[in-house]
Amino acid sequence: MHTFLKVTAAAALLTAGACASPPAPVEEPPPFLEKAEPVVEEIVEVVETPQVIEPSITPGSLEDFRVNVGERVYFDLDQYRLDTEDQDILKRQAAWLASYPDIRILVAGNADERGTREYNLALGERRANAVKEYLVSLGVSASRVDTVSYGKERPVVAGSDDQSWALNRNGWTQIVSGATS
Amino acid sequence: MTHRAMLYLRRFLAAAVIALGLVAPASAQLRVRVDEGNFQPTPIAIPDFQVTGANADLARQIAEVVRADLASTGLFDLQNPASFIQRDLSINAEPRFADWKIIRTEGLVVGTFEELPDGKVAVSFRLWDVYGGELMRINGEPGRRLTTTPENWRRIAHKIADSIYTRLTGEDPYFDTRIVYIAETGPKTERVKRLAIMDSDGANQQYLTSGRSTVLTPRFSPSAQEITYMSYEGGKPRVYLFNIETGRQELLGNFPGMTFSPRFARDGQSVLLSQAQRGNTDIYIMNLRTRESDRLTDHPSIDTSPSMSPDGKSVVFNSDRGGTPQLYIMNTDRSKRTCPGGGSDVACRITFGKGRYSTPVWSPRGDLIAFTKQEGGRFYVGVIGIDGKGERLLTEAYLDEGPDWSPNGRVIVYFREARPGASPQLWSVDLSGRNERRMVTQTDASDPAWSPLLQ
Repeated sequence: MHTFLKVTAAAALLTAGACASPPAPVEEPPPFLEKAEPVVEEIVEVVETPQVIEPSITPGSLEDFRVNVGERVYFDLDQYRLDTEDQDILKRQAAWLASYPDIRILVAGNADERGTREYNLALGERRANAVKEYLVSLGVSASRVDTVSYGKERPVVAGSDDQSWALNRNGWTQIVSGATS
Repeated sequence: MTHRAMLYLRRFLAAAVIALGLVAPASAQLRVRVDEGNFQPTPIAIPDFQVTGANADLARQIAEVVRADLASTGLFDLQNPASFIQRDLSINAEPRFADWKIIRTEGLVVGTFEELPDGKVAVSFRLWDVYGGELMRINGEPGRRLTTTPENWRRIAHKIADSIYTRLTGEDPYFDTRIVYIAETGPKTERVKRLAIMDSDGANQQYLTSGRSTVLTPRFSPSAQEITYMSYEGGKPRVYLFNIETGRQELLGNFPGMTFSPRFARDGQSVLLSQAQRGNTDIYIMNLRTRESDRLTDHPSIDTSPSMSPDGKSVVFNSDRGGTPQLYIMNTDRSKRTCPGGGSDVACRITFGKGRYSTPVWSPRGDLIAFTKQEGGRFYVGVIGIDGKGERLLTEAYLDEGPDWSPNGRVIVYFREARPGASPQLWSVDLSGRNERRMVTQTDASDPAWSPLLQ
């Protein structure tokens, strides 16, 4: 590559310097004398049927729910209100649950570490209940939905910063039975 | 006032009081102030006990624990034994007061240790007022003698320390007590939480539950024989009773919702707790004999963390009915009260400062309520009068939470995460706010609760 650049640059200089002079005879550049790299031929097998890159997700499985539906909604500080983004996730959860009527879920309400233990247990229960009530309003039978509050006892992430606290203020829908394995 | 001036003043006042014949001369004896004005620890000496019999090590250890208990109050300056002049102390003879005045000791404890023929051990001791030049009687007696099995020696030490503390300060004792807490291990996202118990000085730490289920917020019964706490046993968060002697655990009540934040009523006959149902938390009181429960609060807000007044007539609790968590007081019979903020209501708000208040705990003396306060990204433990006046913050950290009182209402135990990401540890602070001390536990620890004085 370097050799090529030098040759090109030299040619450019020659051309520039030749401007005022009568045109020089066109000459072929000298052939490269460097040792040629051997060419190795690799045999590429052509697969007739295209390979599946993603492992398949079984519909109705825990993974299907986690990847294609979404298992957590996130709350604002001290709040248990569901915003439109949360509602969209819960609508997907309700639709999915409608397709798999044998599935039972447990909604866990969680709080960040910036509150006292007992108040956060109550706040977590409020959050879990908000998720449950919204799912029920979308037609999920209340008998399929249990709730539990973990307060600030089960953080998703261990950090002590705004981002971690935001992740730890959540309602987490877990499938307890009836999923396809 | 200097130490010496204080002594002279005391002796002058003593003479004046005796001369006027106003009160008995005993009231002028050595007295250690526990209020916020006392910055000067009182010098006292507790030499090792004289030993008759073989076990000098045990005798030394007992004296060591007595010294450590008293030093932990911040009220006493335990004199260095190397400075002692009189080395021939006898429990049956008056000490040479001049020898103790030279090293400026105000109180002197003289004791003996014996091994008894039945295998038990006994400690006898007397307390001397060095500058007053007289014996300080304890409960009207010239001295005390305590006997127990050798394994139980630490309780003798705590009882001696309690006697001295009470005699010198006039405050009720609190060393012969235990602390129950939550022992924490493992990473933050998969924390193992076990019920654990230890002596008030951190000795004899034991685990009461296996850690298979998360347990939280233990509290002692007034007999110190039972603990009420919350457990996720079977995946459901509910309030349980634990009997310390038998190790038996028992589910308390048959509530449809989550039950948590339990505390015994002052008479031990019932348990106050919170139940959360359909997003709403209220406070209930359950009679332990009939197992019937009565609803104390009925409000769409969160009502939790109840604590009963010593006379049983009122309950302080945490509620966010005003928009943020604050402290409220109500009568146990739900009759209307005259509120500090004006008017009358079933529940009167007592906190009006900036910030969020929670975990109120009524002092055993009845006059103060300890709380956790959260403001501006920091947590505090503080106290406030039951009329909502006189708020004082005693501690501050990234997280200071969950105060509970020593049985004499002088010291508060709580837990602290010193910095973001730091693990929780137990701490204590006295009412002056100056004597803040870490309580050493084998693991990380939270939710401490102080037992009543042991029987």
